[in-house]
Amino acid sequence: MVAQSATLRSKEEIMERLSKPEVITGSEILLRSLVLEGVDCVFGYPGGAVLFIYDAMHGFSDFHHLLTRHEQGAIHAADGYARASGKVGVCIATSGPGATNLVTGIATAYMDSVPLVVITGNVATNFIGTDAFQEADITGITMPITKHSYLVRDVADLPRIIHEAFYIANTGRKGPVLIDIPKDVSAKTTLFQPVNEVNIRGYHPTVSPNKLQVDKMLKAIQEAERPVVLAGGGVVYSGGHEELYEFITKTGIPVTTTLLGLGAFPSGNDLWMGMPGMHGTYASNKAIQGADLLINIGARFDDRVTMKLDGFAPHAKIVHIDIDPAEIGKNVPTDIPIVGDIKTVLQLVNQDVQWAGKADAWRAQTAEWKQDKPLKYIDSDVELKPQWVIEMIHDETKGEAIVTTDVGQHQMWAAQYYRFNQPRSWITSGGLGTMGFGFPSAIGAQMAHPERLVVSINGDGGMQMCAQELAICAINNIPVKVAIINNQVLGMVRQWQEIIYDNRYSHIDLAGSPDFVKLAEAYGVKGFRATNKEEARAAWIEAMNHPGPAVVEFVVRKGENVYPMVTQGSTIDDMLMGDSE
Amino acid sequence: MKKHTISVLVNDQPGVLQRVSGLFGRRGFNIESITVGTSEEAGLSRMVIVTSGDDKTLEQVTKQLYKIIDVIKVVDLSSNPMVGRELALIKVNAEPASRPEILGVVETFRAAVVDIGTHSLMVQVVGDSEKIDAMTELLKPYGIRELSRTGVTAMVRGNAR
Repeated sequence: MVAQSATLRSKEEIMERLSKPEVITGSEILLRSLVLEGVDCVFGYPGGAVLFIYDAMHGFSDFHHLLTRHEQGAIHAADGYARASGKVGVCIATSGPGATNLVTGIATAYMDSVPLVVITGNVATNFIGTDAFQEADITGITMPITKHSYLVRDVADLPRIIHEAFYIANTGRKGPVLIDIPKDVSAKTTLFQPVNEVNIRGYHPTVSPNKLQVDKMLKAIQEAERPVVLAGGGVVYSGGHEELYEFITKTGIPVTTTLLGLGAFPSGNDLWMGMPGMHGTYASNKAIQGADLLINIGARFDDRVTMKLDGFAPHAKIVHIDIDPAEIGKNVPTDIPIVGDIKTVLQLVNQDVQWAGKADAWRAQTAEWKQDKPLKYIDSDVELKPQWVIEMIHDETKGEAIVTTDVGQHQMWAAQYYRFNQPRSWITSGGLGTMGFGFPSAIGAQMAHPERLVVSINGDGGMQMCAQELAICAINNIPVKVAIINNQVLGMVRQWQEIIYDNRYSHIDLAGSPDFVKLAEAYGVKGFRATNKEEARAAWIEAMNHPGPAVVEFVVRKGENVYPMVTQGSTIDDMLMGDSE
Repeated sequence: MKKHTISVLVNDQPGVLQRVSGLFGRRGFNIESITVGTSEEAGLSRMVIVTSGDDKTLEQVTKQLYKIIDVIKVVDLSSNPMVGRELALIKVNAEPASRPEILGVVETFRAAVVDIGTHSLMVQVVGDSEKIDAMTELLKPYGIRELSRTGVTAMVRGNAR
């Protein structure tokens, strides 16, 4: 772990020193402002247009800067940091290719409402628009995937812009904000005075809900016989998990949590039905389809949850609580819209909520679905099964690790078989489905929580999209435990090609992948390989006990599929149950 | 598909037109016309956008527009009694023999001839879109060489805001 720098002084002392009005450069303003915003860790990669910024960082010790090996690694790490901590993640890249390498990470954060402040350098203002060396119109390129962006033209605007950017990123529906700083702006000096107020005329997120709408919801709950709660990432982001717990336990309404909502409600609770949707549980999907009231709390009715829209929750009156009014009614017609912060809304709801419906019968029905058709796989003593590996990791980490994943089959198995009990313990690219996210995001999560065990579960495909960041784990002794579920194939694509494309396997063979143990060792990271249960558990325990970073490659069965599965064009109760059928 | 005329009050910032028009493009909302200019308040511009779609589309357009930080206010002008106007310049073939006829059309429409060439007239017409369509139709037989329309700008009538 990065040692707490000896020059890191008490917070007050730093704040006092940095708040002092002084004539300084744009670069120094940037660094000071970041510290004043509470930033303790920045991920970045230098280059020509940010040379002044990096020059100002020379010897600077008021926050850590981690030099990644690719800008994509930097932004995914910042994203993991933000998701794990609830704070704004920060990354820095140079102009042109540095900035464009951030694009996938910005889109990832945008789709999953993750607060980031993304700093890019740009060519000097008098070169903008001339196709100068390493020039790219990054504010233009990222307009559809940022919550807001700034191109700083005057150094005097910088303190206000940085303060606004942090405010916008981490309020309302959170998201990435980009600040593009031309090289001359980072060099120019001005009188720096810290900005502590925001006054953005066009930005006033609704936090407190309309009381009349809440009353309608309470009445709808009273009248309901088969209510279901669909809880999403908004619960986690608003810090409303305790309020959700109170709401569910008070009413006894069965609850399903979306991919991003995992951890918002304890998985051990009897009322939890698992995840809904394409690879959701039988109980969740049946309950949604049978419900007469569906209460969506901070989820956005993503197409992987609803599947065939026409036929989704066909009998249900829809209540939708969301901080973003544009999500309400976007995909599913909504009877009772409630705009507001989830935590605030639920606090209000919890004051008066009761469910007087036929509670026992409906609860018994959902419990029966849960018991009759739980998540199942056929275990093997000959081959290593990926689901077993996830369960083993869950057991050995006592379900208390922060788990990040990449995208694909291993992601779905992790979502299904690692039972989460705490919010911000599950970090995955849900909306964009970004391969290459899993490993660097774990580095960010570990920087946010040096004391916690951070496990990164990856496939053999996605691991190769950002494997270079093993270097920063080794150099900084960031003790992330990396599991590679190696089935030697692009598993989710293989699954679709098997089921939907009639076994026509096209370009999914990952033969030629490196020896992951040697790859880890090449970076100075401890590597293990396991091909059976015994080896797997032993290697995992040894990796966990190792004080530094470690990579464990689990060589698993190739043809394993994720079930249940709802194919596109089907309603969610039309599930392929696979092995458990 | 209903036609809607909406007014969008925005910060007069570089890139704001791109933010608004880009939103329409990527969300699949169509723009029939868009006009931008200064507003009654320094630092703010007003865009008037004519779009078409059902009420659900209009609701999404409005909500998505409000998500743009530089957007201050969105008003569906066409849900109220509204004055909508655009201006068109029409360069029409006009040999001396046909000029009296054309001038008759211009007068009827309370339009104006703003330039005269050896073989053409430039006509300026102001009105709602239907009036300009009608004027264009009437001038077509003479041969329209060039047509340029500003797009609609609009305002709610009377005291309503």
